[in-house]
Amino acid sequence: MFGLELSMIWAVLIAVAVFIYVALDGFDLGVGILFPFAKDARERDQMQAAIAPVWDGNETWLVLGGGGLFAAFPKAYAALMPAVYLPIILMLLALIFRGVAFEFRHHARERGRRFWTAAFAGGSFAAAVAQGLVLGGFVQGVRIENGAFVGGAFDWLTPFSLMVATALVIGYALLGAAWLVFKTQGALFDRARAWLKQASLLVMLAMGAVSLATLGVDPRVTARWGVSMTNVDWPVFVRLAPLPVIAAMLCVFLWRGAEGRNHLTPYLLAVGLFLVGYVGLAVSLFPYIIPFAMTPADAAAADNALSLMLWGALVLLPVILSYTAYVYWLFRAKVGSDGAYH
Amino acid sequence: MELEAVLLARLQFAFTIGFHIIFPAFTIGLASFLAVLEGLWLWTKKPHFRNLYLFWVKIFALSFGMGVVSGVVMSYQFGTNWSVFSAQVGSVIGPLLAYEVLTAFFLEASFLGVMLFGWKRVGPGLHFFATCMVAIGTLFSAFWILAANSWMQTPQGFEVAEDGTFVATSFMEVVFNPSLPSRFAHMVVAAYLTTAMVVAGAAAFGLLRRRANGENRTSLRMAVLMMAIVAPLQLVIGHESGVVAHEHQPAKVAAMEGWWQTRSGQPTILFAIPDEAGERNHAEVAIPRIGSWVVAGDMNAEVKGLDAFAPADRPPVFITFWAFRVMVGLGLAMIALGLWGAVLWVLRKLDGANWYHRALVLAGPSGFVAVLAGWIAAEVGRQPYVVYGVLRTVDAVSPVAVGSIAASLLTFLIVYAIVFSAGALYILRLIERGPDSDEPEPVSRQPPGSPLAAAVEER
Repeated sequence: MFGLELSMIWAVLIAVAVFIYVALDGFDLGVGILFPFAKDARERDQMQAAIAPVWDGNETWLVLGGGGLFAAFPKAYAALMPAVYLPIILMLLALIFRGVAFEFRHHARERGRRFWTAAFAGGSFAAAVAQGLVLGGFVQGVRIENGAFVGGAFDWLTPFSLMVATALVIGYALLGAAWLVFKTQGALFDRARAWLKQASLLVMLAMGAVSLATLGVDPRVTARWGVSMTNVDWPVFVRLAPLPVIAAMLCVFLWRGAEGRNHLTPYLLAVGLFLVGYVGLAVSLFPYIIPFAMTPADAAAADNALSLMLWGALVLLPVILSYTAYVYWLFRAKVGSDGAYH
Repeated sequence: MELEAVLLARLQFAFTIGFHIIFPAFTIGLASFLAVLEGLWLWTKKPHFRNLYLFWVKIFALSFGMGVVSGVVMSYQFGTNWSVFSAQVGSVIGPLLAYEVLTAFFLEASFLGVMLFGWKRVGPGLHFFATCMVAIGTLFSAFWILAANSWMQTPQGFEVAEDGTFVATSFMEVVFNPSLPSRFAHMVVAAYLTTAMVVAGAAAFGLLRRRANGENRTSLRMAVLMMAIVAPLQLVIGHESGVVAHEHQPAKVAAMEGWWQTRSGQPTILFAIPDEAGERNHAEVAIPRIGSWVVAGDMNAEVKGLDAFAPADRPPVFITFWAFRVMVGLGLAMIALGLWGAVLWVLRKLDGANWYHRALVLAGPSGFVAVLAGWIAAEVGRQPYVVYGVLRTVDAVSPVAVGSIAASLLTFLIVYAIVFSAGALYILRLIERGPDSDEPEPVSRQPPGSPLAAAVEER
């Protein structure tokens, strides 16, 4: 279709879905990660109210990511999931705890309420850690023979994946803080601004560290960037240099934007930062759908399945994006100090 | 693959899907019930419809939340535990699941936000629209997932490529496979019945507590009406489903019915203890010849028994046989309760019939049990295949260490036990309190189920 490989179109579509997931669920997971730093129960209510109407839709992008990978690239899905079995299960369990906590916090009495508050914070944190471990385990490569995973149960657990997990927790906290700047007022708003400044500093460090470490995961990544521990291949690196430069600029803008007048700007900047990191990762790993083992063409479903789904996606995704935008527009107001929308 | 790994993976899938299905079985019906309530409120302006809506939407929010989080688990179970299955049939059923996400999940999730938090932010018409979108979303979702499940029961419209993967030759045939129509109807009606049983139980409980308000009386009548019409209808649909199974999955029907020998004039067995080693039934109580009449329409028809299949191709008999009996038994009880209620209604004795109300409270959870039993009969009856007749379950499992599966299964058991107990407790608390005649409008800050939230502060 249009002279493009169907499998490549689907790889891009799924990459976009995963990015939308990260940008959207990232902020509501981030709010959960920041939960322990709230002053009191009233602030926690406001924080949860800032995400309650939209979290479910945000999480659906994760289902699209997983379901889409299954449908469009069954062989990649089948090879990858057993490889990151334990962190995936951890993520699912964590998402259960934080998901039900939205409702349960309001129905429980005293002790139960404390439990579900902890479950919301802990679940959000653990989900972010698990996603970081999956990402780290994915980027460092998966042992595959004849299309099946042949590694051990803990192959994903390396210093690199732990580093990625730490970075992702910080990154989600940044998105969460930025979202709270957009959605809250009063004392919580001031606090969110402070969190935003701290998080943007930490993110700069974490992103730098992960970027450097990624160069070391495979010689192919090193060659693509033209950067190794001992040597910089300038002609190669210069073409990609805008990415780290833009990332550094965005961090500075975020630091300064925390004080700015437009309260949505920090969130957009934070998403921009994630986008730069995401593009950087894509550059490193292209054209693999499972790093260094499978390309989209290797892993793709049959052409008739891909084209059937493409037509559906072309018609339905714009519809989905419009009503998602409508719901965000509907709940655009700041949350009041009583936790209500005004 | 080691047998232990297969067994543990099956247990994990059975447990996670069994836990999950409880919630859709309830929310499919409840979403439609809420749409009807809100429609009646807008049309008649009678306040008890509004109060019932505001009451049941709280329970909907709790149940839907649990359904969503247990559903996310399912979208990854295929890959984590059944990766060979995923790789082989992805090109056939993957698109069905993708369409489920695109047509149903986003619709439900987005409009749920409006439904729960938009009572004061949007006009009544738009709010009603949001409720309808959620209700329609639940039905779309049921359609696609049942299309995928039905294809696994009665596969068609595919061929096996050289590398062993399945490729669709016709997606129309894949989606509209022989067992889809009856299975879809059977499941949706089961969901409506499940909801009717819960609503009837809650209303009856309120009436027993001497809360004969308009809300409880109205919801009791709506539930009895539903039961009286839909429970007998379900018998007819279930029968059709059985006829389809008889044609395409005779081993499953033989196991459900406890027929060991192929013969003419098969009986309908009321009670038996199937003995798989001895290939016979103990303590059998049966009505002769009715079985053949039910599945083949002729009392003297010859119908296959389990002896027509090699032992390696037979499903587990005991579980299939008894799960099927539990489902049918509860279905018959629902028909009886529907009739009893209809008679009381005609005699104008519905509000004061204490024994009937007690029976309804007892039968409140019967829909859940029947749905679970029905699913066990259908899915255990499909064994030893994951795609009936084509791909065996033992050949479909992931290359994952036994320890990982066992550890994750144990954790799922613990987490689901906590989440389920808490959720059930909160729902039962709400039901115990019952709908008020002046149900407060939700402040949009919180899920509408939080009258206590302002009063109870955590420390």
